[in-house]
Amino acid sequence: MANDESFALACPVPAPATDVVQLAQGSGGRAMERLLDTVFRPAFGNPLLDRRHDGARLDVSGPLAFTTDSYVVKPLFFPGGDIGTLAINGTVNDLAMCGARPAWLSAGFILEEGLPMETLRRVVLSMREAAAKAGVQIVTGDVKVVDRGKADGMFINTAGIGTIVSEAPIEPQQVRSGDTVILSGDIGRHGIAVMAMREGLGFESAIESDCAPVAAPVLALIDAGISLHCLRDPTRGGLASALVEIAETAGVSIEIAERDIPVREDVASACELLGLDPLHVANEGRFATFVPAAEAERALQILRAFEVSAGAAVIGRVGAGQAGRVTCRSAIGGTHVVDMLAGDQLPRIC
Amino acid sequence: MRFRDEYRDPEAARSLSEAIARLTTRPWTLMEVCGGQTHSIVRYGIDELLPGQVTLVHGPGCPVCVTPVDYVDKAIAIAGRPDTILCSFGDMLRVPGSNGDLFAAKARGADIRIVYSPLDALVVARANPGKEIVFYAVGFETTAPANAMAVYQAKREGLANFSMLASHVLVPPAMRAILSLPRNRVQGFLAAGHVCTIMGFDEYVPMAAEYSVPIVVTGFEPIDILEGVYMCVRQLEEGRAEVENQYSRSVRREGNVPAQAIMREVYRVVKRRWRGIGEIAESGLGISPAFRDYDAETRFGAVVPHEEAESECISGLVLCGEKKPTACPAFGTRCTPEHPLGVTMVSSEGACAAYYRYRGAPAAPSNPATGKMDRVPAEQGAV
Amino acid sequence: MCLAVPGKVLSISGDDPVMRVARVDFGGIVKEINLAYTPEAAVGAYVLVHVGFAITVIDEAEAGRVFAHLREIADIEEELGARAEAAP
Repeated sequence: MANDESFALACPVPAPATDVVQLAQGSGGRAMERLLDTVFRPAFGNPLLDRRHDGARLDVSGPLAFTTDSYVVKPLFFPGGDIGTLAINGTVNDLAMCGARPAWLSAGFILEEGLPMETLRRVVLSMREAAAKAGVQIVTGDVKVVDRGKADGMFINTAGIGTIVSEAPIEPQQVRSGDTVILSGDIGRHGIAVMAMREGLGFESAIESDCAPVAAPVLALIDAGISLHCLRDPTRGGLASALVEIAETAGVSIEIAERDIPVREDVASACELLGLDPLHVANEGRFATFVPAAEAERALQILRAFEVSAGAAVIGRVGAGQAGRVTCRSAIGGTHVVDMLAGDQLPRIC
Repeated sequence: MRFRDEYRDPEAARSLSEAIARLTTRPWTLMEVCGGQTHSIVRYGIDELLPGQVTLVHGPGCPVCVTPVDYVDKAIAIAGRPDTILCSFGDMLRVPGSNGDLFAAKARGADIRIVYSPLDALVVARANPGKEIVFYAVGFETTAPANAMAVYQAKREGLANFSMLASHVLVPPAMRAILSLPRNRVQGFLAAGHVCTIMGFDEYVPMAAEYSVPIVVTGFEPIDILEGVYMCVRQLEEGRAEVENQYSRSVRREGNVPAQAIMREVYRVVKRRWRGIGEIAESGLGISPAFRDYDAETRFGAVVPHEEAESECISGLVLCGEKKPTACPAFGTRCTPEHPLGVTMVSSEGACAAYYRYRGAPAAPSNPATGKMDRVPAEQGAV
Repeated sequence: MCLAVPGKVLSISGDDPVMRVARVDFGGIVKEINLAYTPEAAVGAYVLVHVGFAITVIDEAEAGRVFAHLREIADIEEELGARAEAAP
């Protein structure tokens, strides 16, 4: 594996000397320098990172958005992505949700002793590609190695800085009664893709994670002067959690309709088989936005011009019902309350 | 999906809703037996489509809810053994035993795996010849044949490291127990459609006659449930007490004969304690002598029954349809899905959990200090 | 009770009745399902699946009956409605 010629020829990351990650490589000495030089710097290489300093010096003026997230997904690789693409896009998207243009990321790695070097290289390459696609640079980072059994392969933390582009604040407090709720595309893909893989459910299916950067459509909305009252990406906990958090923080009532929420047929079927509700399934390439009703049509047109938000749809409105509550009109007309779940959804048979 | 989407048609729902309203001249109390039906009713808001005079109360058809706490404790004990893998359906992972649940045991390092099918547990057993694999089998008659097949195949193969911890319960004895309660107010039943898919519905005929209650075998989609309600109310209005089959696309009078045959070989009928209700004679399935080598209770010791601690949980009354979840003083305050007092709040099929999730906790006032809605803080809930 | 989902049988394999399996299509997801309890299931049939087992073959004629019944009810409604209007 360490001498895999074809891999070395195809990729800019030359094969390092060892084929598994070792404790010494996290200790700050020569072994770690070698790891950084052979794996990380070639992949992420940019002028700031190449200065090899403890921190990156950034020259910015104006308001900034700053966010961080840690990624502990299991399995590391799943249909449609891996922990690397998640780590980049997750932070890029959080910055976008603040109305910022994502620019610089840090990447901190906690590697488990014994992690195959091949795995690390694959993830690092994924991050390089995802960063390029999202238009961001990884300008500083860190590596630590922990004992076998302490890190599920690897954990990654990314923090990100973006320059705020929207003039008005984008936050739940800006949400107004009468606002339209728009969802950028169909839900449920990421959670199902990961669960199917992790639990070995034996599905023959084409369901892939929707992991992707969403900054471009968000910036387009801002550029077009659309009043974005709030943005939220429905990651862990799904669309339900995202909407409930907004309803509670803003003290408003949100009403959605089941038949308006886009769910791909195979995702819906997988959810039926497992007894899961798509509203609670994680997404990694989607966002919800609250805009004044009069601007909804224009917002939809702008969104639908981008591949990642081609399936954008109106799913509900901010109404006059009980404050802090999200209600859903079911397919047959009855209503029920949408709430966050106590923990992760587990597949059920009953 | 065909045979699913058409049973969620809003026009058909409206049509049935109006028909039920026209039909109803007096108040009636119906019970839907199965937790899956309860879930559907609450999730689709089906009771909103019924006239006020028709009351639906929720039955004990949640096997997760009624599994005695000693079985949960046994499963946790088995999972904690070295070189042992416990396989379970996802539903059972958060059911509280005397000291925590399987989820917590997993966090402490027990090898517990969620399976979709009992046959997946056999795959684990074949792949791990040096370990003991125990399949934790809970369910009604719907699941019993599938669980039986795992044991049946294990014996045929001579798969020595596999056994099953079985806590199956039967629906008709529970219905009889409810009907025998002096304070019973259930006047008609929507019987569990998938249980009947396996068992048929012959056994309900004497019950309908003896207690003079209509019993309509009903499916799970909104249109099924509405049609079941229509048929049941029509019987009540006409003074009939018969067994009818709404779910005829799936249920035949004789049920599933090959499934019943395997069940007869692998199981024997036993008495069972139902959590929240108590002991009901001949209401459960244990493993038959022919398969005792594959019975986890043979390998790891019999489950020891013990009395449950007194608590303010009224799940027994909820399971018998006597009280609705919202009538419980602890509902949504001291008892929430994060801190359940009893099983009807833990299991996603439990009536209390269904109400909490789809109807919401009792509305909390705004916090005067922050002006925001406060969620019920975790510390308030008792475990 | 219990979650059972309809799916279409795409192909069947296995001679041993207890190990007979089918690839079943659930609206785009295909999974291998045990057919021990539905020996009569053939390719093209719809089965109801619970925990990896087909528990019944869906009776397509009976499936339509629900909607015939609904049409009956709707006709009765119309008639009642017409009578109510005609009444003085």
